[in-house]
Amino acid sequence: MPDVKAPLTPSPELTAAGASGVCLRSVTKRYGGVTAVENLTLDVPAASYTCLLGPSGCGKTTTMRMIAGHEEITAGDILIGNHRVNGLPPTRRNTAMMFQSYALFPHKTVWGNVDFGLKMRQLSLAERRQRVGEMLEILELSHLGDRKPALLSGGQQQRVALARALVTRPQVLLLDEPLSALDENLRIRTRGELRKLQRQFGMTFIQVTHNQDEAYALSDQVVVMDHGRIDQVGSPAEIFSRPLSRFVANFTGDNNLFSGTVTQVTPQAGQAVIELAVHGLGKILCCGDYAQVGAEAACCVRADLIHLSGLAEASSPGLDRALPPLTARITAIEFTGYITRVFLALEKTGQDLLYKARTPDWTKSCFQEGQVVALSWLQRDCVFLAH
Amino acid sequence: MWKSFKPYALIAPQSLVFALFLIFPLVMIGVVSFWQFNGYAMAPDFSLDNYLGIFTSLVTVKTYLNTFKFLALVWVVTLLVGYPVAYFLAFHVPRLQWQILLFLLCTIPFWTSNIIRMISWLPLLGREGLVNQVLMNSGLIHQPLEFLLYSDFAVVLGMVHLYIIFMIAPIFNSLMRIDRTLITAAADLGAGGAAIFREIVLPLSAPGMAIGSIFIVTLVMGEFVTVRLMGGGQAASVGKLIQTQIGSLQYPLAAANAVVLLGVTLLIVVSILRVLDIRKEL
Repeated sequence: MPDVKAPLTPSPELTAAGASGVCLRSVTKRYGGVTAVENLTLDVPAASYTCLLGPSGCGKTTTMRMIAGHEEITAGDILIGNHRVNGLPPTRRNTAMMFQSYALFPHKTVWGNVDFGLKMRQLSLAERRQRVGEMLEILELSHLGDRKPALLSGGQQQRVALARALVTRPQVLLLDEPLSALDENLRIRTRGELRKLQRQFGMTFIQVTHNQDEAYALSDQVVVMDHGRIDQVGSPAEIFSRPLSRFVANFTGDNNLFSGTVTQVTPQAGQAVIELAVHGLGKILCCGDYAQVGAEAACCVRADLIHLSGLAEASSPGLDRALPPLTARITAIEFTGYITRVFLALEKTGQDLLYKARTPDWTKSCFQEGQVVALSWLQRDCVFLAH
Repeated sequence: MWKSFKPYALIAPQSLVFALFLIFPLVMIGVVSFWQFNGYAMAPDFSLDNYLGIFTSLVTVKTYLNTFKFLALVWVVTLLVGYPVAYFLAFHVPRLQWQILLFLLCTIPFWTSNIIRMISWLPLLGREGLVNQVLMNSGLIHQPLEFLLYSDFAVVLGMVHLYIIFMIAPIFNSLMRIDRTLITAAADLGAGGAAIFREIVLPLSAPGMAIGSIFIVTLVMGEFVTVRLMGGGQAASVGKLIQTQIGSLQYPLAAANAVVLLGVTLLIVVSILRVLDIRKEL
């Protein structure tokens, strides 16, 4: 595995093409009456790693295929490195795509697969040899050159697909769920390699994934998509701690949501404190940028930011509790290794909540299944969700 | 007890049919091919006379050459006509239902017996047939075209008509198995339409072409009905030669010819298999 050895630096001409940013301007894709992607505007900075994150059918793969040129766009513009590429064939966009199924040519050897793009570009045999050889070396495939893809392991096939896409020196590499066919351990290891390759080559990587851990670990920028629209764009940390919508809060982490009506907005330094009247629970204070009094909205608290205490205990001093104490019954406890997941049901409304504790902390706390506990959290950890 | 016996019971009828009607006749043909024939009766013997006769006779050699000629023509025509049909079905018909429906259309001629289909060519291609009449009435020709019937042309036409589906079906099958993302990937890597066909589609459909070719080889090498009906007295093939020999009760000679034909056919099939790997199609 490359991460064990000192990283091989690609020769200067391999990266000479440089990286290009990608801009989507109001891009729309319709199939007949069905809208797959609606009015999508996005900037992908050059040499960045961007993940399009969303559930299946959210339009992320269609978006990628439109950038690659495998899908016509219905309206809007796509710019790669400031050139409008609408209608251009894939090869004239300086992009390369790595397919989810890898799409390796089964009748060609590893060498033949990696060589294919160069052969199609009618480069000299000497240059093809040199570039394929170098690429196989970088991805540690040199010894597998004459194997057919069927004789390779999943991880090796994945690296061949990557080598085949990189060898043409694209400015933008598009990766469609590149890790989904690998098993858990290999996925985590390969994830690191992908990130390292992106830095090494200085290319723009755009990856489609439905796995938020993958998006967090790889990206400079995460684009959360749902129903053909962008829900939120931000750094992994922003997406994780400051979701803007119910969808993002639900999809990107274990969040506990409360729906209600905005009753009061108090602007403060930087952010507003928003008071939400939640049916059956009363008022909850949360933090957000802006809210309209009277609007239907929601707020969320991440599962690891809830605080549990015994009913008799006074709440810990020094923490500005945001709530009149809520009580909940522990309905189930799930040990998952480092984290223990505790399922709770609110006494007042029966709503299910999730609490995640570090296992050592949980073991110390001595709470039992069936026990009723008091819940609280810091006001700043309760995030306002506008829609 | 029954459990261990059951699989054998399931294949027993088939094995019996095989043994009685394939293995036994083959062995018998092999045995009889060494017998003697003295003009009116055959006598058990171990004689190589039949084989010597075959390999030294100019007529047999010519007949084999003629059969190979038919094979080559039928093979080329079925491949050149069948491949585009299969390609059209696999790549240009958008929906699976339509593909199946159109493929079934290709098989409609096979709902009638071979012999009836061959006989129905006669009123079409004959001297006074439909084709000649149309051509003469339209003033294109003044003499009826003789080569239309009872000629090599007619034999090849008949065989192509009979056997082309055996070429289309396996090629269609292998084209359908080509993962469409391979084609997208090739386009992504800069391949144009011709390069995609040459580099991806053609090599991946080679096993289908091989299976189709094997069908054509085995069917054409043993042909005698089409040769007789469409070729009149002119055309010769090994199958027809054997049939003639059986008709004149020269069983040992016919058996020896059959063994040689079987050997030659197997040789062609084996050489096709040497060139192309069909295992992944099976």
